[in-house]
Amino acid sequence: MVAAGALMGASAMGATSARADDLTLCWAAWDPANALVELSKDFEAKSGHKMKFEFVPWPNFADRMLNELNSGGKLCDLMIGDSQWIGGAAENGQYVKLNDFFDKEGIKMADFIPATVTGYSEWPKNTPNYWALPAFGDVVGWTYRKDWFSRPELQAEFKTKYGRDLAVPKTFAELKDIAEFFQNRKIDGTTVYGAAIYTERGSEGITMGAMDVLYSFGFQYDNPDKPYDLEGFVNSPEAVAGLEYYKALYDCCAPPGSSDAYMSENIDAYKSGQVALQMNFAFIWPGINADPKVGGDKSGYFANPAGPGGKQFAQLGGQGISVVSTSEKQAAALEYIKWFAQPDVQAKWWSLGGYSALRAVVEDPGFATSQPYAQTFLDSMAIVKDFWAEPSYASLLQASQKRFHDYVIAGQGTSKEALDGLVKDWTDVFTDEDKY
Amino acid sequence: MSDTPMDRAARATPPVIARRIRGLSDRSIAWLFVAPSIILLLAVNIFPLIWTVRLSFTNFRVNRPNAAVEFIGLQNYRRILTDGDIWLTMQATAHFLIWTIVLQVLIGFSLAYLINKKFRGNDLWTTIIVLPMMLSPAVVGNFWTFLYQPQIGLFNYAVSFLTGVDPSSFSMIGSVNLAPWAIIIVDTWMWTPFVMLICLAGLRSIPDSIYEAAECDRASKWRQFWTITIPMVLPFLMLAILFRGIENFKMFDLVVQLTGGGPGSTTELTSINLKREAFEKWRTGYASAYAVILFVTVFGLASIYVKALNKVKQR
Repeated sequence: MVAAGALMGASAMGATSARADDLTLCWAAWDPANALVELSKDFEAKSGHKMKFEFVPWPNFADRMLNELNSGGKLCDLMIGDSQWIGGAAENGQYVKLNDFFDKEGIKMADFIPATVTGYSEWPKNTPNYWALPAFGDVVGWTYRKDWFSRPELQAEFKTKYGRDLAVPKTFAELKDIAEFFQNRKIDGTTVYGAAIYTERGSEGITMGAMDVLYSFGFQYDNPDKPYDLEGFVNSPEAVAGLEYYKALYDCCAPPGSSDAYMSENIDAYKSGQVALQMNFAFIWPGINADPKVGGDKSGYFANPAGPGGKQFAQLGGQGISVVSTSEKQAAALEYIKWFAQPDVQAKWWSLGGYSALRAVVEDPGFATSQPYAQTFLDSMAIVKDFWAEPSYASLLQASQKRFHDYVIAGQGTSKEALDGLVKDWTDVFTDEDKY
Repeated sequence: MSDTPMDRAARATPPVIARRIRGLSDRSIAWLFVAPSIILLLAVNIFPLIWTVRLSFTNFRVNRPNAAVEFIGLQNYRRILTDGDIWLTMQATAHFLIWTIVLQVLIGFSLAYLINKKFRGNDLWTTIIVLPMMLSPAVVGNFWTFLYQPQIGLFNYAVSFLTGVDPSSFSMIGSVNLAPWAIIIVDTWMWTPFVMLICLAGLRSIPDSIYEAAECDRASKWRQFWTITIPMVLPFLMLAILFRGIENFKMFDLVVQLTGGGPGSTTELTSINLKREAFEKWRTGYASAYAVILFVTVFGLASIYVKALNKVKQR
């Protein structure tokens, strides 16, 4: 009812509203959020609404914002929430359903990268029920020290040792070779290390990192023919090998003391010249490219490599923008979304450092060469997979955080035991949810 | 006319005036003054406690406002008490609790004993020693994370200097064996001054005349220490143990900053585990049962301890 009223209000207003509102947009505190502040000045000028922003650092983002949603708070009118929240937010009526609004305003989901629509907007997945507009496309990929890779003496030594050129790895086996090659090597008088990977325990770090590898090794969330049937898929021999690989990569090649590292720790390790490779979400690439120490020609970017069977997937990041159902300014919030969906605004969004999910922007002939990392972004977005978006995603996530950290970082048990344990934990969660 | 003591006593007599105003008795007026405090106490302490107990028998989830809340009896309690992971967090908590108390009492008492001696600058030393406990635990956690950093951390360099071990070859907060000790070291660094202050108060409360009498009886320093100092400081020491025990049982911020409960679940104390259940998994009913169990445990142990403390004081 509230949503319907808001929609009527929004359409009655047309392009500009009769009443200026103060809109609050909630998101994580990171570089793209600063770009959005800049971008939103155009909206303020055009609509007369004032934009306020509530940005929370990533480690506390989910806690803070889910508390806000669950308590029915009225702080946020617009929420750029994580993709995993969609299921819960839709089922609990925390987001306004946007189908009617999209139809009325001629916003077509077919105009956005399909993976982002599925990941950020749909619930139930693969059904045309939309709760968000894809706002920021993101995916886990890799950054590497192009300047180190191109050194003739290192090229020669690598070729002698591995029989191939020191180049962007095509498979995870090659990636580990490169990481091992650089581990504890002295470069310009400094000891450097192989790869900064995700190991964080508190929020979602190690899950995002391990999944990035597990997908390409053959991990599947459930039986494609029987939803929530986990046995033999989550803990398949391929998945077991994938988790073993992730632990081996951590043991051999992570910088010392990186047992609790996520986005910012990996950025620090890379920018300070500690590591040759960095696993991280694509949002960091503009910052890396602009960095005076490692930016420009010194760094290169590549999509997640393939697993042993040739499969190649990458962990989806990014978010959609939603209207919070408790907001009393839904009409103005919808106006913002309508403005944000426009191709010229999306093009400017990309130019400011935001990753647009609009196909008109990313399929533009000039896009791939517009930035050194643009092609890698396209390659990565073509191979994405996402974590569970179930309403119970938080319980599922906590279970994987614990199982992965216990095995990979603390070295407890085997990979098989960790994944068997995960099957048990997830089955318990789904049993509580009456999925069987 | 000057006031006599009788006049002043008459004026100070409890007000009969109350009886004259709407028939309120002294007792009623007393209740009237105390009532706001009692209502506040009931609202912010007792009501949430009762509500938590009620929720602990349900499957309520705060993030599912639309879902039906069912009464599930003792199911939450049964699940908690048979969950091996929760017993591991209890074990980690007990390990942390015991070692921090042992170290803080030993070091705190020793420092107090030394500071209590009359020497030049002991006030300055006291101030310097108590500085850590005035810092925020979150700041201390962050600060020590840098100190423990294998590549740039001073702690590793200090160990390296003393032992010759390569500083980047070990990670205090990344190793399963070292991480529990990493948080014990920080907590001891931060809270030993608190124990020291309490012990110092105890030591300074012992009258010099007792020692002088012991000197007259030719009691050795060692005997004076065991028969005068320790017994007279013991109630203070026990009080310090009670405070530190309760505080460390619910330790959260320092550990979250230092290790986040890791590596694996090695330093996941009950408070961190409870927070994950309540505010990350959103299993409100389950977390309420968990909180009730912890409350009963702390309350029970503290009650027994306070009885023992009273007996020591009466000796």
